[in-house]
Amino acid sequence: MSMLKPLRDFTERDRVFDMVNPALRSPKLDVSHGTVLYLEDISVSFDGFRALNDLTLYIQAGELRCIIGPNGAGKTTMMDVITGKTRPDSGSAFFGQTIDLLRLSEPDIAQAGIGRKFQSPTVFEQHTVFENLELSMAGPRGVWAMLYAKLNAEQRKKIDSVLELTGLQDLRFSLAGSLSHGQKQWLEIGMLLMQEPALLLVDEPVAGMTPQETERTAELLVSLAGERSVVVVEHDMEFVRSIARTVTVLHEGSVLAEGTMDQVQSNPKVVEVYLGEQV
Amino acid sequence: MTLQDHSAISRVMRSDRGIKWFVGLLLAAAVLLPLGHLLFPPESSLHVSTYTLGLVGKYMTYALLAVSIDLIWGYCGILSLGHTAFFALGGYAMGMYLMRQIGTRGVYGDPLLPDFMVFLNWDSLPWYWHGFDMFWFAAVMVVLAPGLLALVFGWFAFQSRVVGVYFSIITQALTFALLLAFFRNEMGFGGNNGLTDFKELLGFDLQASSTRVGLYVTSALALLAGVLVCRWIVASRFGRIIAAIRDSESRTRFIGYRVEHYKLWLFCFSAMLAGIAGALYVPQVGIINPGEFAPINSIEAVVWVAVGGRGTLYGAVVGAILVNYAKSYFTMAWPEAWLYALGVLFVLVTLFLPKGVLGLVQRFKRAES
Amino acid sequence: MRQLLEEVSAKVCRLLMLLSMLFVGVVACQSLHASTQDYESSSDAEEVAIEALAPADENESFNNALSELATASFSKKQTITSELVAKRYPGSRSVLVALLENQLYADKLSGKVLILAEKDGEKVYYDAISGELISDSVLDTKRITTNNSLRKKLRGDIAIFDLNSDDRNVRLAAVQQLREVVDQNVAVMLREQRSIEQDDDVAEEIRVTLAIFDLGSEDPAVRLAAVDELDGELGNDVFNQISALLQSEENREVIKAAEAAIKRIEGKRDFYSLLETAFFGLSFGSVLVLAAIGLAITFGVMGVINMAHGELIMLGAYTTFVMQQLLPNHIGLSIVLSIPAAFLVSGLVGIAIERGIVRFLYGRPLETLLATFGVSLILQQLVRTIFSPLNRSVQTPEMMSGLLRFNEVFAVTYNRLYILIFTFIVFAGLWLILNKTSLGLKVRAVSQNRQMARAMGVRTARVDALTFGLGSGVAGIAGVALSQLTNVGPNLGQAYIIDSFMVVVFGGVGNLWGTLVGGMTLGVATKFLEPHVGAVVAKIIMLVFIILFIQRRKQGLFPQKGRAASGA
Repeated sequence: MSMLKPLRDFTERDRVFDMVNPALRSPKLDVSHGTVLYLEDISVSFDGFRALNDLTLYIQAGELRCIIGPNGAGKTTMMDVITGKTRPDSGSAFFGQTIDLLRLSEPDIAQAGIGRKFQSPTVFEQHTVFENLELSMAGPRGVWAMLYAKLNAEQRKKIDSVLELTGLQDLRFSLAGSLSHGQKQWLEIGMLLMQEPALLLVDEPVAGMTPQETERTAELLVSLAGERSVVVVEHDMEFVRSIARTVTVLHEGSVLAEGTMDQVQSNPKVVEVYLGEQV
Repeated sequence: MTLQDHSAISRVMRSDRGIKWFVGLLLAAAVLLPLGHLLFPPESSLHVSTYTLGLVGKYMTYALLAVSIDLIWGYCGILSLGHTAFFALGGYAMGMYLMRQIGTRGVYGDPLLPDFMVFLNWDSLPWYWHGFDMFWFAAVMVVLAPGLLALVFGWFAFQSRVVGVYFSIITQALTFALLLAFFRNEMGFGGNNGLTDFKELLGFDLQASSTRVGLYVTSALALLAGVLVCRWIVASRFGRIIAAIRDSESRTRFIGYRVEHYKLWLFCFSAMLAGIAGALYVPQVGIINPGEFAPINSIEAVVWVAVGGRGTLYGAVVGAILVNYAKSYFTMAWPEAWLYALGVLFVLVTLFLPKGVLGLVQRFKRAES
Repeated sequence: MRQLLEEVSAKVCRLLMLLSMLFVGVVACQSLHASTQDYESSSDAEEVAIEALAPADENESFNNALSELATASFSKKQTITSELVAKRYPGSRSVLVALLENQLYADKLSGKVLILAEKDGEKVYYDAISGELISDSVLDTKRITTNNSLRKKLRGDIAIFDLNSDDRNVRLAAVQQLREVVDQNVAVMLREQRSIEQDDDVAEEIRVTLAIFDLGSEDPAVRLAAVDELDGELGNDVFNQISALLQSEENREVIKAAEAAIKRIEGKRDFYSLLETAFFGLSFGSVLVLAAIGLAITFGVMGVINMAHGELIMLGAYTTFVMQQLLPNHIGLSIVLSIPAAFLVSGLVGIAIERGIVRFLYGRPLETLLATFGVSLILQQLVRTIFSPLNRSVQTPEMMSGLLRFNEVFAVTYNRLYILIFTFIVFAGLWLILNKTSLGLKVRAVSQNRQMARAMGVRTARVDALTFGLGSGVAGIAGVALSQLTNVGPNLGQAYIIDSFMVVVFGGVGNLWGTLVGGMTLGVATKFLEPHVGAVVAKIIMLVFIILFIQRRKQGLFPQKGRAASGA
């Protein structure tokens, strides 16, 4: 099947060739219409189980969007689709006006400007905090360039500032593997910041954090919005309430409700999903 | 606990003191042994025989092979069980040059065709043997042949994200397939017997002790250069990226690195290094045959790295020399027991010395302080 | 009335002949084809036959015929032998056999014709007519010589006698013999025999022989009928005869029919050679499946890379060898007993490996690979120390040797057939264990979710050990089967380890069906490639194919969901 795909792509020319497609050659984010992410009619199924079911979702440029939903609602799968880890069975996903996410690999998508923080913190445990940030830094990613890459003063300053922001300046030479859970969460947020993405996908950022840390995270995410677009998946309703302007509720792979926190909380369908049939 | 271990070891190994020691020792070995050979008469206890020189020279080429394995296994987590395929390819490229140098001194005295081709009644040189009469061409092929094979094989493997043991097993199949292929006479590489009876290299008689000294020194310097270049690579940001790939491949992808490219580059480089090791090995042992492709050789080479301590480069060198010295000793003193010893070594090192001999030394050092 | 009498006497005569053949037939026919080593017993039997069958009244004409034999030219000898056949003297057959085997002598003094034989290790002569033993000392003998064409005729002559044998095998051999010398007289005899023949095989053989004879007929209609008659026969001689006919034939219709027949024969032959290749492929595939199926459990289900798997197979083969040493007189029984014994030996070694090494390395597949490789080296060397580095051969029991012949061009060896069947039995047994027993349930539970299984009260360590033991034990059983196909040596396991991994990975890790289908596919594909490119290149092609295949479909033919599949 997969072997025939290039051939099929070649013969069924309802699109231009990849090599002459400007979107693929120089993926520059175009948000002239004010929308940074378009997900339309996305469906994904695993062995008969439909994880996403005609999901349609738009994220505005500079928006801070919270996504909530019970377990199995398809939140993580949605992130997988956006970042190229999972290919949907149908539907389309565009980053800005021009970048077709479904035709890019994970590194391409990351370089195009989508950063992701995972549900359980994944940092490079055998590297120091500093190195983790260094590796995440925006810039060229080519093999030869990396052989000769050196940090300039400006880049060092950038790393220092992120270290300060995440409160890890004293741990810069510690191995990431020796950090506590909360510190790893911060490190991963720091890595996300180093990438300077236009769109941040943040999966359960405050799990395992103290109340003070949670508060700081909330501040950070709110401050990021505006300049960047932020999508937060979180279970912690207090946290969501503290940062959310728009909340989307996912259920069984599609959008159940969308609106302010108060609106969705009073939505009977949402109440039914969360609390059972008590209405 | 293990993490701390690793950090300590990697810190020391990355420190300047380690590299200075290593360079010093290797340079000393490169100079002192030949001096011992040239200055002292054969009766003297300080005399170093050509046999010893050849043996240590061979260990040096093995060590270079081990370094190439350590580079991909220790730093990038790619366990190749077919690395001697690249070693042997480099060796064959050198062997073909040496074969062409025999000229009319072969048994059949054919000016163009190597003996085995005359024996097989071939009337012309196969196309892929052309150019090997020139040293520069052979030298290019020594790195190009293994590099190209690694490129093609690695491109397929990494592009489709074959990782872990799957990769190990298909590399083993690769070298096994090459083993079978090179055994065939029709391949034009001397079949079962391989290439041998070499006479001279660049005009120097291979039997002359001065040539042996030259080969020994070249091997030692090649090993030194190999280790230094590898160190330079792993100390660069590239090196940190491949280590990141080793520890979390998908995370590396999500911050925008094309993991496949990095792996492929490293794999090709490592293959070329192995090819150079093979090319230096052949003139010193005087023969190259398909047996070098045997999967067991590859696994043995992996064990050298494991014994020395992987992810350190020095460890690979130490391991290669230690294990091969033990092998030479056993096969002379007690040939029956060698496979037992090797087998036990495999088990013990993986169970009790995950960081190899260097890790053990490090642990003692830490205990003292 | 007189007619009736004649008929009765003829029948009595034939009965007598048949009875005499009963004594001579079997042994003599054997000696006809057999080498000289068999000589002793056959001529002893002849002696008995000769003594029993020498009625005095016939002796004279028999004697006359024989007396000329010594001095006759080769062409004259042909006439004399023809007479011996035609008259059917009781001693005729013995003489003909002796002449064929260069055991017929003439005494220079008396002119008596003698048959040389060996009795109690000494050479003795019997009188060809009376069957009496004649003292060696008084004789000055000269061998009666033969030439090629005479010998060919003799074989046919003897076959004519054998045509009336009671033993269907003798008759069958006789017809086959006569096919080479068939002429008008023989054809008449064959037709006669055909009319009374009870045995289908012999009748069929006679039918083909007669048709071959008819190919040489003058009448095109007969030739045409013969070609039709032979249509669909696969034997080499039929093919050659029809081909020869095509060379000389002038009649259009016969040519057309012959060409069509040749084409059909070739078509059938191609079909059967395809069938044969397919069987070889399945047989090779069954070996691959047997070798890999234990690995499908240890690697596939548990995710453990066991490089010593090949050596566990080797241990099974050596167990068979030891069992045969213990029961040298019961080869068949020893093979049967070897199956549980090999399962135990390899299984216990497997459990020892798991408890001693592998369990410390769960989750570190590369280290497991190295450590078990070390184990494989130790086991190999151990076997070298105990049994010597040389190959040992394991005997094949009688029921497993020989050919199962379907027709002239298609036959399968019993040992391959049994191993094919055995493979399916082992597969079915393993499938039942994994899917229908509580151990199987636990194995699957542990492989899918170790923590959960432990929480449910499954003793995971025990299950690990037993699973590994099961996979290893099956490897031992594979060794028993392999010992019937190849030599048993220290390198036996190495030869199969890469293949085994390839089969498991190709079929899809963690999937028994995948291993079965994968192994069979690879086996058949290899055997179909071999005639075109040679064994080594076929093997290389298969390896390269799998390398490419894995890269296209990492999960193999039958992808498995769950931990084992996504691990490594």
